[in-house]
Amino acid sequence: MHIKSPGINAIRWRYKPVLHLLLIMPTVYLLSFLFLGKLGANPVEVITHETGEWGLRILLLSLAVTPAARIFGAGWFVQFRRLIGLYCFFYILMHFSIYLLLDLSLDFGYLLDDIIDRKYITVGFGSFVILFLLAITSPIGIRRRMGQVWTRLHQLVYIAGVLGVLHFLWSTKADDTEPFVYGGILLLLIGYRAVRYLKKRVKSISTSRARPTSEFAKHFSARSESY
Amino acid sequence: MALIRIPAASQLTENTVTDERLFRKRRQFIKSGMAAGVGVSLSAYFPALALASVQGLSEKIAASPNTMKVDEEVNSFEDITTYNNFYELGLGKGDPVKNADKLKTDSWSVAVEGECAKPGNYTLEDILKPLDIEERIYRFRCVEAWSMVIPWNGFPLSALLNRFEPTGNAKYVAFETIYDKEDPLPGQKRKALDWPYREGLRMDEAMNPLTFMAVGLYGKIMPNQNGAPMRLVVPWKYGFKSIKSIVKIRFTEEEPETSWNLANAREYGFYSNVNPKVNHRRWSQARERRIGELFKRETLMFNGYEEEVAAMYAGMDLKEFY
Ligand code: HEM
Repeated sequence: MHIKSPGINAIRWRYKPVLHLLLIMPTVYLLSFLFLGKLGANPVEVITHETGEWGLRILLLSLAVTPAARIFGAGWFVQFRRLIGLYCFFYILMHFSIYLLLDLSLDFGYLLDDIIDRKYITVGFGSFVILFLLAITSPIGIRRRMGQVWTRLHQLVYIAGVLGVLHFLWSTKADDTEPFVYGGILLLLIGYRAVRYLKKRVKSISTSRARPTSEFAKHFSARSESY
Repeated sequence: MALIRIPAASQLTENTVTDERLFRKRRQFIKSGMAAGVGVSLSAYFPALALASVQGLSEKIAASPNTMKVDEEVNSFEDITTYNNFYELGLGKGDPVKNADKLKTDSWSVAVEGECAKPGNYTLEDILKPLDIEERIYRFRCVEAWSMVIPWNGFPLSALLNRFEPTGNAKYVAFETIYDKEDPLPGQKRKALDWPYREGLRMDEAMNPLTFMAVGLYGKIMPNQNGAPMRLVVPWKYGFKSIKSIVKIRFTEEEPETSWNLANAREYGFYSNVNPKVNHRRWSQARERRIGELFKRETLMFNGYEEEVAAMYAGMDLKEFY
């Protein structure tokens, strides 16, 4: 399958604005329900849960971009990845800020206690730190200057995903269906890449036996392409 | 066994006049109810008048004198009846009110078993007939670190238990919530907990004057989503100890099994006294969000009932017996 690129102008002026609109929708609905007083007796709880869940959903969406681009033969999908990733951080930043402001009253001592004592906060914080690093290194200029290091750093997004799912799993009290669904999707996305990576390795090793001189070059190209 | 009796709390009042703030809240509810349609049907607020069969109960509840209150703002009827943890009616906080009509409370009876002189099946009518109904305004603190102030209508648990004449072997009392394997409630179709829901108290805790059995709130018959027709209220313990929709009371010699302890013993102990110094592994218990407030407030030792209950735990390590 091959979906042709609609061209740079259409991507910039049509596809990206639509994507912005879609990804901001959860914020719009949360804010409007909040002001209409329709978030129930404990709106802070609803907003904490919703921003956390949307952050995780959008994180998984960002991880699905590359596999989708491969499957649909549409390399231009990759141009949406940064935008999606930044929306993920936007929701997680709200999630974290609400917690810090309304649950902890901005007391960093409480935050430290929570990070140490409560393992679901420990892993959530780990995930947050990763997403923060990825967000601040997302501008094109910084990416260029960082070179290979940037690629390495941004591979941590998988760890952020795993920690995010663990955070969800460990925060639930009785029903873990949802975290397992998200965990399953994450596993599929990671598995897709793992399989591709292994296939390339096997191929590069077998071709390198035939032509030993090019082993390094093959290996290297397989590594960098697998991201 | 000699029961340890704690002197009645100094806060107990003979005040029969409705607290003015409470009155205003009621007015507010009536108004907001008329402004209407919070997406919740009125029948959920006034569940099928399930206890109508118990003659004159709603009048008795409506006329019940206040005997205890706290100097804090009472939560609205709407908050209390739309934000519930009652897993039998669904896991979400808004599920119980939506599924309220699935709980059938007509011809309710309670099985009384174990170490007592008068075991048997008691209809709700039997249970309620000789008892006076009073109103008590208590703080209610959930283990999830939120809290409310709720005006309950009911009677001291001791008044009920004494009628069954517990024997000297009765060291604990165990309770069970309704569960019919053949016809489970919506939330009981999944094994979120090991049904039926079970709770228990040590005998002295059960006989403490604060321990209350509620059949109503806000001067009305108990709404289904709050545990109709009859539920426990133990104000110095986390909310899950206050078991709802009780169908069984059993006096035992051994500490009974309790549902959340069975599900996760490290997080939920048998005692589960509100204690800001003993952290839950998931929620810091130092602070709580009072429903209706933005920021969290400090949690009080024994939920503010230290004076009335602390003596029962003298010499116990509350970190070990959490
Ligand atoms: C310092 C970082 C973080 C803190 C302090 C934090 C805090 C919280 C808190 C307090 C809850 C509610 C738990 C409860 O009510 O029992 C929660 C739930 C959640 N958080 Fe986080 N979180 C953090 C980072 C993250 C990250 C990075 C993600 C996703 C990638 C995330 C996703 C979620 C999800 C999915 C939920 C569950 C929502 C639900 O139950 O519907 N959180 N978090």
